[in-house]
Amino acid sequence: MQEQISKEREIRLMKGNEALAEAAIRAGMHAYFGYPITPQSEILEYLTEQMPKRNFKVLQAESEVASINMIYGAAGAGARVMTTSSSPGISLMQEGLSYIASAELPCVVANVVRGGPGLGTIQPSQGDYFQAVKGGGHGDYRLIVLAPNSVQEMADFVFDGFRLAEKYRNPVMILTDGALGQMMEKVALPPEGSLEHVVPEWATVGKPKTREPNIITSLFIEPEKMQAVNIHLQKKYKTIEENEIRYEEYHTEDAEIILTAFGLSSRLCQKAVDLAREAGIKVGLLRPITLFPFPYQRISELAHDAKAFLTVEMNAGQMVEDVRLAVNGKKPVFFTGKMGGIIPSPEEILAKVEEMAANINNLTEVER
Amino acid sequence: MSTDVLTQELQQGFDCVYEKPDTLTDTRFHYCPGCGHGVAHRILMETIQELGIAEQTVGVAPVGCSVFAYHYMNIDMQEAAHGRACAVATGVKRVLPDRYVFTYQGDGDLAAIGTAETIHAVNRGENILIVFINNAIYGMTGGQMAPTTLAKMVTSTTPYGRETDWIGFPLKMTDLVAHLPGAYYVTRQAVHTPNAVRKAKKAIRNAFEYQKLNKGTCFVEIVSNCPSGWKMNPSDSNKWLEENMLPFYPLGDLKVPEKA
Repeated sequence: MQEQISKEREIRLMKGNEALAEAAIRAGMHAYFGYPITPQSEILEYLTEQMPKRNFKVLQAESEVASINMIYGAAGAGARVMTTSSSPGISLMQEGLSYIASAELPCVVANVVRGGPGLGTIQPSQGDYFQAVKGGGHGDYRLIVLAPNSVQEMADFVFDGFRLAEKYRNPVMILTDGALGQMMEKVALPPEGSLEHVVPEWATVGKPKTREPNIITSLFIEPEKMQAVNIHLQKKYKTIEENEIRYEEYHTEDAEIILTAFGLSSRLCQKAVDLAREAGIKVGLLRPITLFPFPYQRISELAHDAKAFLTVEMNAGQMVEDVRLAVNGKKPVFFTGKMGGIIPSPEEILAKVEEMAANINNLTEVER
Repeated sequence: MSTDVLTQELQQGFDCVYEKPDTLTDTRFHYCPGCGHGVAHRILMETIQELGIAEQTVGVAPVGCSVFAYHYMNIDMQEAAHGRACAVATGVKRVLPDRYVFTYQGDGDLAAIGTAETIHAVNRGENILIVFINNAIYGMTGGQMAPTTLAKMVTSTTPYGRETDWIGFPLKMTDLVAHLPGAYYVTRQAVHTPNAVRKAKKAIRNAFEYQKLNKGTCFVEIVSNCPSGWKMNPSDSNKWLEENMLPFYPLGDLKVPEKA
């Protein structure tokens, strides 16, 4: 079966940004609205170049504020739509994302994260974890957040993103970074048209006489109605938590130290695990693939046998807060990270692991 | 027409019933007595009914007094964030190019927070109709100054009158967009007299007919009153509109399609 699927796929050498764009076309995206920003402008460039040859629409908007609202309009009209940006542009989209989440519109938004805060740097970062996972815009809402760690996953997660967005009528964010966007790798692309699309019955496509008007809105002025909408949303998020958690484990079976990392950091950690294992240290890696829903339960289980955790991120320590929630004080949780567009090396991670291993039975979290 | 004549004609079976179009729901307008929104809604939806395009039309409501437009308009509608109606309408129209798409926006929504979205939608020549209700005030939030507020005009945030030397000048959005090559038809109308209502309705009808041609954006400003925000009774507000608003916002076409 696996072989058959891979035979249908086309092998290409591509940048992560290009792979994501190509995958969106193959996933049957109807329209893309975006605005240039480094390090993700290749997506808009690739799509504008392809548009005359393929069956989809692209529009360069006047701002990220406009692009996310074009997404709202087009998704509300029943189309399969995507926008992409990088950190400062994603900040501008937060208003629209809150409206989209409340109006329950499916769409995919990719954030090719760069270092911040502020105008920051164009170098890769994971500093937008909080923004993606904990809200970003106003009100109680959730994005489904997928964190690729390869060019292959930059492509695959577009398919997963549309599938999840449409299944749950919820915006999906692909949280990636400038390195994954810019680097070239081999990618096996799924065939075009392999993801079915049906125009949803709630879409505003013009009201036939036979039905009531379809209204896309996030306005519920009576508190009782607004509360009912919120209860419905929370129920949906719970269903998503029950069904859609994804993670990967690497040598966790006998691990005394569990590394936790997402996206690019998880690849560096995988290398660090190999180096540590060569040095005889029992280290494993848990990599959350979905950041919402987050694999709290699995991390909690691992906390039973492991002696300590080390979370590695390209930020000041954001996902580590969720790891600590999951571990819930059972074992010490440490953090190491780089900020501002610096990527930690596997050797630096190894050094931290060795330091922990040397004192494994006597670790406390004071150095937090 | 005197009452006697009317009675006589009614007795003779003269059809005087002014019916509500199917394109309006049975929900009662929440608008203040004498407000222009009700008339503007009515002529817009009558036109959609008369053209027989209700099944092919998608409307976009703004944030402002007409935020609940979709309660009254019996067609598929989207509620946009404040100022973003033109971007939302762009999204709808780009994926449904054969539908009629309109936005219905007030002056706070369109001329302040939504300036960028409006200018760029028109500049791209989006094939949509933008209905712009200009009453020179933020009605829903309680009568604050809008970009369109006249010089010296008193509002809740210009309690001593709009001092243009430090708060700026009233913005003529319609004049601005008329200069853009993407604009196909730009007109300024009003709904304070029966004659004005007839002309405004004709303008809306023109705009929908032009939308079929795919030649660019149609922009219909409707200069309106705000009795509550202006702190006037409806008839005084219409008089004030005529004496103060219309000299600054003169009615008429600003851009009409060139004859083929």
